[in-house]
Amino acid sequence: MSPWQGTIRRVDDYRWEIPQDYKAGMKVPGLVYADSRMLDVIRQEQSLEQMANVAFLPGIVGRSMAMPDIHWGYGFPIGGVAATRVSDGVVSPGGVGYDINCGVRLLRTNLIEDEVRPKIKELVDDLFRNIPSGVGSEGKIKVNMKEIDEVLSRGALWAVEHGYGNRDDLDVTEENGCMKTADPDKVSDRAKKRGVPQLGTLGSGNHFLEIQVVREIYDEKAARVMGITQPGQVLVLIHTGSRGLGHQVCDDYLRTMGEAVRRYGIALPDRQLACAPVESDEGRDYLAAMACAANYAWANRLCITHWTRESFARILGKKIEVLGLQQVYDVAHNIAKIETHTVEGKSEKLCVHRKGATRAFPAGKRGVPQRYQTIGQPVLIPGDMGRRSYIALGTERALQETFGSTCHGAGRIQSRGAAKREQRGRDVASLLAARGIYVRAESMESLSEEASSAYKDIGDVVRITHQAGISRSVAMAEPVGVIKG
Amino acid sequence: MEKCFEVIDHTADIGIMAYGKTLADMMSAAAEGMTGLMTDISRVGNRLHKRTELQEADGETLLVTWLNELLYQYEVERLLFSSFDVKVQEGNRLTADCRGEKFDPARHRIIREIKAATYHNLKIMKEKDGYTARIIFDI
Repeated sequence: MSPWQGTIRRVDDYRWEIPQDYKAGMKVPGLVYADSRMLDVIRQEQSLEQMANVAFLPGIVGRSMAMPDIHWGYGFPIGGVAATRVSDGVVSPGGVGYDINCGVRLLRTNLIEDEVRPKIKELVDDLFRNIPSGVGSEGKIKVNMKEIDEVLSRGALWAVEHGYGNRDDLDVTEENGCMKTADPDKVSDRAKKRGVPQLGTLGSGNHFLEIQVVREIYDEKAARVMGITQPGQVLVLIHTGSRGLGHQVCDDYLRTMGEAVRRYGIALPDRQLACAPVESDEGRDYLAAMACAANYAWANRLCITHWTRESFARILGKKIEVLGLQQVYDVAHNIAKIETHTVEGKSEKLCVHRKGATRAFPAGKRGVPQRYQTIGQPVLIPGDMGRRSYIALGTERALQETFGSTCHGAGRIQSRGAAKREQRGRDVASLLAARGIYVRAESMESLSEEASSAYKDIGDVVRITHQAGISRSVAMAEPVGVIKG
Repeated sequence: MEKCFEVIDHTADIGIMAYGKTLADMMSAAAEGMTGLMTDISRVGNRLHKRTELQEADGETLLVTWLNELLYQYEVERLLFSSFDVKVQEGNRLTADCRGEKFDPARHRIIREIKAATYHNLKIMKEKDGYTARIIFDI
């Protein structure tokens, strides 16, 4: 892979701009959040070219943006944000990705590290048995093709109605765990068939569940609102998405959009950017199907939450109410949302694509749960498996600059092949064990492909978004136990 | 039949280069290459036969649809294939006689889950001695 040689201009210490005239066809400039050191890393691959390509999308406003965790994706870069006007802009399934509503859920507990450490092996083993994970894993939940439509329409609410999780969980979930724009008729039978056996499964790739311990708190007041009170407190982080159902929705609509691109005469530099006007049949159908996949993912994460609570109660021999295990928040980081933002002083209805980016709304903004109205929306930023994760908050500056968006994770710097050659699965497990982290993984290959050296340092990513003011760091946690597909 | 493939690295994901004397051979090599990313193909038997027929607007779309069809058959029907007898007509119609068996967790270990074959940088190149395609997978 050759380094990117394009034109980029420093705006300030944390902002770099690709001018609109870099490439004929760009409708807006590009903007990446990075410091000079991070930029050197980003330039080692072609992700900035992809950011420039996204600027071709009809109706794109502001800038084609990338967060510091940007890395080379397919079509869109991962870590990208693009907002298009609903009135004359497009929606692109590639701007959401295959894993629709891949996202993160955080639970807080009343436990401290010393209470969990002696039981960590038992706890992780029980979670590993209780939560179906791994490649091609099939779930314990039995739904048929008719019931799956209910899951797609009602999302996390379906889960609550079937005994998984509770209404308090919904209050602190993005969209309350259900996008009302969902229409199961717009989801193919093929997608539903993939979704039926996989509901309530963690999956593989970079998906995981971690038992974490709070190490640092940067904003005690805000942390307290989230139920995080002291270093040493135990948290649980769940990272997964819409599984095969979401992948199929994306694939189905990429094909639809491929035809739409020809019909509407849209010129694009990469087929994976295929799109259609937001206000077209194709655009509306995709958004209705995407909402179904997003709802499926919220139901999925809530089922996993339920089994997490079960395992903790069983192994620690205490009631769930005593253990805590309340949900702090749940964010989507692969999604497109219709939102109203101010563009050049005017209020505009936009389709905000966040692909590997997290919504980061400030205090007082609609869509932020009641409980967080005074501090802003929690942003959950998982590190790569086995490393630190961060909790942050949305800011006013994010709303003004990035359509209320910030980073989503560490961002890959090494291919899976290279990571695997460097680390053999067993070594990764023992390396983590040496750091006091107990891991259960279905596949050693998958484990070594997710080695920490394959990722940017999450600390750098979060520091840059904090310094740039597009999110505000609140706390940092480190894992003590991991389950992985 | 001459065909082969090699695995290529991509930061976010993984891909393959597939080669074949004919378009059909290349499609077959791509299927073998992708299955090899998922499992040890030498451990997949051939007692089961399944015919797949597909048609698309062009060869590139056909390639992505073909590979995604195989992923679908694995996820939904739990079928793994070890051999692919592919015929392509007019560059955009594919008939494949696949031989394989039902996934058996006791004998088949799934190495990695592939979400989809993507259209990213997708290109089928016609060269003097055959066809080459590069396909990137989302995993």
